[in-house]
Amino acid sequence: MSTNKAVFNFKDDKDFIKLSGQKSAVSIVLTILELFFYFGFIGLIAFNKPFLSSMLTERVPIGIPIAVGVIVMSCVLTGIYVYWANNTYDTLVKKVRDKVEG
Amino acid sequence: MAQSIIGQVHPVSIAFFFLFVLSTLCITYWAAKRTRTTKEFYAAGRSITGFQNGLALAGDYMSAASFLGIAGLVSTKGYDGLIYSVGWLVGWPIVMFLIAEPLRNLGKYTFADVVSYRLKRMPIRTSAAAGSLITVLFYLIAQMVGAGTLIKLMFGLPYEWAILIVGCLMIAYVLFGGMLATTWVQIIKAVLLLGGATILVILTLSKFGFNYGELFGSASKMYGPEFLQPGGLITSPVDAFSLGLALMFGTAGLPHILMRFYTVPDAKQARKSVFYATGFIGYFYILTVTIGFGAAVLVGKKVIMAIDKGGNMAAPLLAEALGGHVFLGFLAAVAFATILAVVAGLTLAGASALSHDLYVGVIKRGQANEKDEVRVAKMATIGLGVSAMLLGILFKGQNVAFMVGLAFAVAASANFPALVMSIMWKKFSTKGAVASIWTGLILAVGLIIISPTVWVDVFHVKEKAAIEKQISEAETQSKAKMEELEKAAADPKAVTDEKAAFAAKKKELTAQMPQAIFPLKNPGLISMGAAFLIGILVSLMSSEPEAQEKFEKEKLRAYIGIGAE
Repeated sequence: MSTNKAVFNFKDDKDFIKLSGQKSAVSIVLTILELFFYFGFIGLIAFNKPFLSSMLTERVPIGIPIAVGVIVMSCVLTGIYVYWANNTYDTLVKKVRDKVEG
Repeated sequence: MAQSIIGQVHPVSIAFFFLFVLSTLCITYWAAKRTRTTKEFYAAGRSITGFQNGLALAGDYMSAASFLGIAGLVSTKGYDGLIYSVGWLVGWPIVMFLIAEPLRNLGKYTFADVVSYRLKRMPIRTSAAAGSLITVLFYLIAQMVGAGTLIKLMFGLPYEWAILIVGCLMIAYVLFGGMLATTWVQIIKAVLLLGGATILVILTLSKFGFNYGELFGSASKMYGPEFLQPGGLITSPVDAFSLGLALMFGTAGLPHILMRFYTVPDAKQARKSVFYATGFIGYFYILTVTIGFGAAVLVGKKVIMAIDKGGNMAAPLLAEALGGHVFLGFLAAVAFATILAVVAGLTLAGASALSHDLYVGVIKRGQANEKDEVRVAKMATIGLGVSAMLLGILFKGQNVAFMVGLAFAVAASANFPALVMSIMWKKFSTKGAVASIWTGLILAVGLIIISPTVWVDVFHVKEKAAIEKQISEAETQSKAKMEELEKAAADPKAVTDEKAAFAAKKKELTAQMPQAIFPLKNPGLISMGAAFLIGILVSLMSSEPEAQEKFEKEKLRAYIGIGAE
């Protein structure tokens, strides 16, 4: 493989810096959001049971949609990531790839 | 309700089971012709699409224990079962955001490929293989014991026979069909399980006019509003946090899950497969929870717990009540298929740690021909399969519930920190990685042994039960005495004295309860924290310029996929 030379140049490449910076930022923000949703839910169970027990409708306490909401939000967050990656990230990847492979 | 046929050998379930075995063995035969090279054996020739891999990941992850166990927990404990189920999904977004794409781009067959990408091969391979093998073995024992117990409950088949059938089939799939056959077994199982659970949920909801409010309303009418509220599952927030960390980051360190990302052609397909997997698994847990509440209302807690105290037969009982013997037979066969798909994936992951990481990476110093490696991988498959059967029989009747928690703790502490630091942190060094893996591994295993889960519930379970019995006896005696005193209209002081005497006695007995040395039920918080901390400290003390130099190249490959295999 002759990527060595390319790597040397790419440390300072604008597109590569943008791509790696964006990817880290998106990954970290989404990871923190997921941690927030799950441990927020656990925190509610540990510290505010009365809230989870309060009735949302006549028959359904609010704790049930919140728990299901954590499941749904996990799927939504992965969906957001895929949407971003398929549109923004892949375009940048292609740009850098073309430069490396000439 | 009519007499249940659960626990009997029923022709319908046998027919469905044989149909499944026959079709999977045909697939194995077809796959065997396409399983000659290492790339084919470990990674199905990287021919699996993102959607297929999403289903296979779901099939690899959704175990019979979680299907029957969570439905059972919800049907007997209500909302607490729902809390428990949420924890099993939340690791998947982490796999997506931090692991899937760089793993696919940097590695070949195992996650040790990634950790050793720019670090020294031999020490990394040895420690990473240890982490993989311990995770896989504990998970496998738990699955085998669960398989024997569940199949016995459902079909009435003797425990040892169940283990033997499961063991032989899983060896056959992996040995002859490698990853290709394993993948298709997992895909078929996922479709059957999701399909079966969907039908069961539709049948359940049809009894409530397709209105969840009606279902929850009936549940709270039967068992009181507490049934829909958080109960005793989470008492200590630190405990819950520690278990949550292990579940979340453990998922991103399970070798049999990580290995699946090498079956797709590129990082884009790897990304897609996590999205599908998360969707399928999330949907599955919502179905399972619905089944649990449905079983509580339509079958009844008492009936469920009469067959199995843990509630494991809630879903089969509901299936029998709503769909008759044919549907029960179908669901029982699906549960059997579910077990097979999970253990096959585990066996393959264990075999690749033995052959690819230890044999080729360490013993052969990275130099081995294809034929040799496939041969060793196949030998490892037989060895692991036979060990799994023997261990399954050895642990018969033992409390192995802690083993899945332990597997997740090891995955989160030994595998995940090393993997994520090797991808993200430039200054990560070989010594740092080795120290991190062993710290995580030793702490996770060591701490769980002295934790309440093993120290009290396994080692001192008899003492605990004896003291609990003494307390309840003392309570009965004291109650009887108080009634006597009240009947005799004695001095109210005598009643108060009796009350105080019982309270003192209870306190004295409780103090004798066996105490765990380590307070947390799951060591995740401490063992994972220490693995990161030690990994960082040792790396800073043992700077490795060579590894740092290669970091930019690694980054380019991790992000862009240039040079990816």
